[in-house]
Amino acid sequence: MKEKIREVLRQHGRLSTDVAALPDDGDLYEAGMTSHASVNVMLALEGEFDIEFPDRMLKRTVFQSVSAINAAIEELTTQ
Amino acid sequence: MSEQANEVVERARRIAREIVAPAAVDVDRNARFPKEAFDAQRRERLLGAYVPKEFGGLGCGIATLAGICEVMGAACGATGLVTAMHHIQVACLVRHGTDTPGLRTYLAEVAEKQRLIASVTSEVGIGGDMRSSITAVSREGAKFVLNKDATTISYGEHADDLLVTSRRDKDSPPSDQVLTLVRGGEYKLEKTTDWDTLGMRGTCSNGFKMESHGSVEQILTLPFGDIASRTMVPFSHILWAAAWLGIATDAVSRARTFVRGEARKKPGTVPPNALRLAEVMNLLQLMRNNVHDAATECDALIRAAEGATDELLSIGFAIKINNLKLASSQLVAQIVQQCLLIVGIAGYKNDSKISMGRHLRDALSAQLMIGNDRIYARNASLLLVHKDD
Repeated sequence: MKEKIREVLRQHGRLSTDVAALPDDGDLYEAGMTSHASVNVMLALEGEFDIEFPDRMLKRTVFQSVSAINAAIEELTTQ
Repeated sequence: MSEQANEVVERARRIAREIVAPAAVDVDRNARFPKEAFDAQRRERLLGAYVPKEFGGLGCGIATLAGICEVMGAACGATGLVTAMHHIQVACLVRHGTDTPGLRTYLAEVAEKQRLIASVTSEVGIGGDMRSSITAVSREGAKFVLNKDATTISYGEHADDLLVTSRRDKDSPPSDQVLTLVRGGEYKLEKTTDWDTLGMRGTCSNGFKMESHGSVEQILTLPFGDIASRTMVPFSHILWAAAWLGIATDAVSRARTFVRGEARKKPGTVPPNALRLAEVMNLLQLMRNNVHDAATECDALIRAAEGATDELLSIGFAIKINNLKLASSQLVAQIVQQCLLIVGIAGYKNDSKISMGRHLRDALSAQLMIGNDRIYARNASLLLVHKDD
């Protein structure tokens, strides 16, 4: 799952560093993800994993790192 | 609003009536800073209104700040807006600038010495996006150096201190920003552009090249993106809207005076423009309820338990607070224009008690600062993921 997440970030995250070089808990905003890019990342993740992030999950902390995104998707797919 | 809050707003209202309003025409005509308005606010300890009592301030909430900005805006649009901008900076420090002893000492000074604080978020080469910077703060041991070419610093020459955005360090991407307190005596400003505008002339929003240095304790720890979402954006939209509400209220007040005057000349008839006045009162009520509702909700979220921070950071709240700015900026222009139509030629003249020119010119700035299309585009993007569940 983390590989798919990293692929989405590669395509839509507009990070200033290479995603492969970023650790799972690396801060995506510090790596250059703007709030505009984060919306595109959310959309792409919803499309890729066929999920919908409820509004309570649409906040900065949920998309802060690969690990955080992974945890959020796991929460939504094990229901 | 509590009794204490009411008392603070009443103090502001008295200054507005006695000192700010009489100077408004001159401030506008000469595009000069409303110095007397801020000298008076200092005497009444109002610049420290949002500073908590334990730091020597008045400990007011955002609803009270909105009341102050509204009465100031009603007296003089430029004063209302500068007052708003100052409190926005104070709010950022109160809510996110108490993590070092240096910053805590400074906050107490804001209240004790009634420091006026200006914002340096714009930058030459960036356009209107405040979430992106070119310049970076440079740390050298315990000191920092921060230079910035700002397209505009409202009341830059008249402020005591500055809050400045920049990239975190020279290797940071443009959106990884921090906010730094730059103190009087530790910066130089070189004016780069004039401020000769249609309205808001007394805000003196010239462009400046800024050179500064200070202690690294003055660099706020929380990333600027977070500060913006939790505080700068909500406070900006609420307090600007309150200042605009003030402009609209004073315009309507002049229109009411005019219509009543017409009615007294011919008792028993309802003057034709009374219906237009009823229409504009409806719009004013809409605008007022919108601003007060947002201020009350934001106040409650700020005072509530920690979990409410999530709400402040949510996309739903961001959309709402953007809508407040969009609606208020459009309503103030619409209301003032309608008041001009109600009053007619007497309002079109510049030298009458019911002149509308300054109000209209000031009101027209609202949709431009920040440009509404930028905010609509932001909301459009957020609405692609927001579910409203």
